[in-house]
Amino acid sequence: MTSPDLHGTPVSPGIGYGPVLTLAAAVPVPPEGERHTGDADAELARATAALAATADTLDARGEQAGGPARDVLAAQALMARDPSLADDVAARIRKGSAAPRAVYDAFGAFRDLLASAGEYLAGRVADLDDVRDRTIADLLGVPMPGVPEGADPFVLAARDLAPADTALLDPARVLAFVTEQGGPTSHTAIIARAMGVPAVVACPGAADLATGTLVLVDGATGLVRPDPDPAEAERARAAGLALRAAAAETTGPGRTSDGREVPLLANVGGPKDVPKAVENGAQGVGLYRTEFLFLDRATAPSDDEQVEAYARVLNAFPGGKVVVRVLDAGADKPLAFLPAPDTEPNPALGVRGARMLERHPDVLDGQLRALARAASGASAKLAVMAPMITDADETRRFVAACRAAGLDGEAGVMVEVPAAALRAADLAAEADFFSIGTNDLTQYACAADREVGALNRLQDPWRPAVLDLVALTASGAGGKSVGVCGEAAADPVLACVLVGLGVTSLSMGAASLPLVRVALARHTYDQCVRAAAAARAATTPETARTAARAELPATAELGL
Amino acid sequence: MAQRTVTVAAEVGLHARPAALFVQAAAKASGDVTVAKSGGDPVNAKSILAVLGLDVRHGEEIVLTAADDTVLDALADLARSAE
Repeated sequence: MTSPDLHGTPVSPGIGYGPVLTLAAAVPVPPEGERHTGDADAELARATAALAATADTLDARGEQAGGPARDVLAAQALMARDPSLADDVAARIRKGSAAPRAVYDAFGAFRDLLASAGEYLAGRVADLDDVRDRTIADLLGVPMPGVPEGADPFVLAARDLAPADTALLDPARVLAFVTEQGGPTSHTAIIARAMGVPAVVACPGAADLATGTLVLVDGATGLVRPDPDPAEAERARAAGLALRAAAAETTGPGRTSDGREVPLLANVGGPKDVPKAVENGAQGVGLYRTEFLFLDRATAPSDDEQVEAYARVLNAFPGGKVVVRVLDAGADKPLAFLPAPDTEPNPALGVRGARMLERHPDVLDGQLRALARAASGASAKLAVMAPMITDADETRRFVAACRAAGLDGEAGVMVEVPAAALRAADLAAEADFFSIGTNDLTQYACAADREVGALNRLQDPWRPAVLDLVALTASGAGGKSVGVCGEAAADPVLACVLVGLGVTSLSMGAASLPLVRVALARHTYDQCVRAAAAARAATTPETARTAARAELPATAELGL
Repeated sequence: MAQRTVTVAAEVGLHARPAALFVQAAAKASGDVTVAKSGGDPVNAKSILAVLGLDVRHGEEIVLTAADDTVLDALADLARSAE
């Protein structure tokens, strides 16, 4: 029987495939109330020796490992040598507690202290637990927690990994990490990235994977697939290696192999997404979704709150471009203070986006004025765009509202409604730029609601009809810039096709930037144009993709 | 006993490597060394767990107490170091 796929948070990209190694069973909890035989001094000496041995082992492992692991292990050694902890252990033993239980309880008091503090300290709790378990294992004479020596290459699966588990691992032996707990700042994540090993954390079911099960781990998507088809697994693994090498050596601004510039920008949902965008080489922001400021609240956010949130993103890209989408409310994103006028039988075709803002000009003006204030102190170039624009009249009114609010940068519109794509030239006469939202454009072109899973087949941006609408938008733009900020831009093959259709910049989730950069860098602009023509000549999404790949030779070599 | 108030400059606050360096320096002193947040209860500066438990963030003030100024100088320098 094949086990179901597992899904977690991807924290270190790459593909890993191989047998699972589940970490050794946990060190037992010493029984509550266990007492020593009466010789408190001897018992204390045992505890002190175990703590010292643990500290020495951690220090030695740190020296051997070097790099970021050394600091982590040195901090753990300091925990084992902590005088307050030693005092607490001694006091418990003097009261009659057996050494293992005294150690367990003393660590527990400090554990509570750290666990009650912020998110950063939550990571130290795992470190502290590891020091405790090592000390107790030493006292009880049971095996140390951690990875056994000498096993074949494996996918390491665990509830959580302590630095001491991972520090001495040879990257050549570890195919991937999968943990049930942890987050982007956990040690598993930090060390996996430092080792260049794919990792998926916060993955329910990871600790229940049986040792020896073959799994495919995708550190870019968070997918963990037990017992994959072997041919699929082998292809994924080989491609993963080639891609990794290619992504590492391709840096700098987005451009085709013959030097045509295609700025690569990031989609962000707030200041928290900025570090990842910068880390992945984003040249700016192509879509700043501002809904996060407005969701789950009864009234609009204050002017100062908005200015602060906008300025934090603008200041992260000095000299770069940041495209902010004004509030996109309605349909799947209802807001308490912007109710739809009536119960809508079909919200996706109802009052949403720019249509909603035209009913609430005060909300739009407040946001535009806050954006103007944020831009006045930043060196990044602010551009503002409106969602769900249908015609030239709406475009003109939005651009006028931007100017009235004192915004002197570019004012553009999103192209998501087929009517806007078909009459792009009308809109281009009023707007400074276009940004194509391929997700909504696909839903409206194919009359297939994004929320309806049964219509997945129709929600594919590779549909030649969607590609036609992109091409129409680009040709109607009359030389003004045309970005794509939907999922389509994150597909490295489709990204090349979009460039061939006349798209001038691509914006996507930060994790997708390196592979799109590679795909562009391996092909000429002419190859992209030919791939676009081949895709438009096809009649189905599948044949469009196949035809485009045939014109983009490096995609086969990289397994894209 | 001598006392000194300093602002923690490290981006991560008194956590991670800055905390370890701070505790290691305190441990070298012979007498008691304490650290407190402004207005808070002092804790043993030689205890990494107590120092981490204070949860001192970047830009916060701490109050150091030790027997002599040499120890305070060393600890204050570490706290002010932006590393």
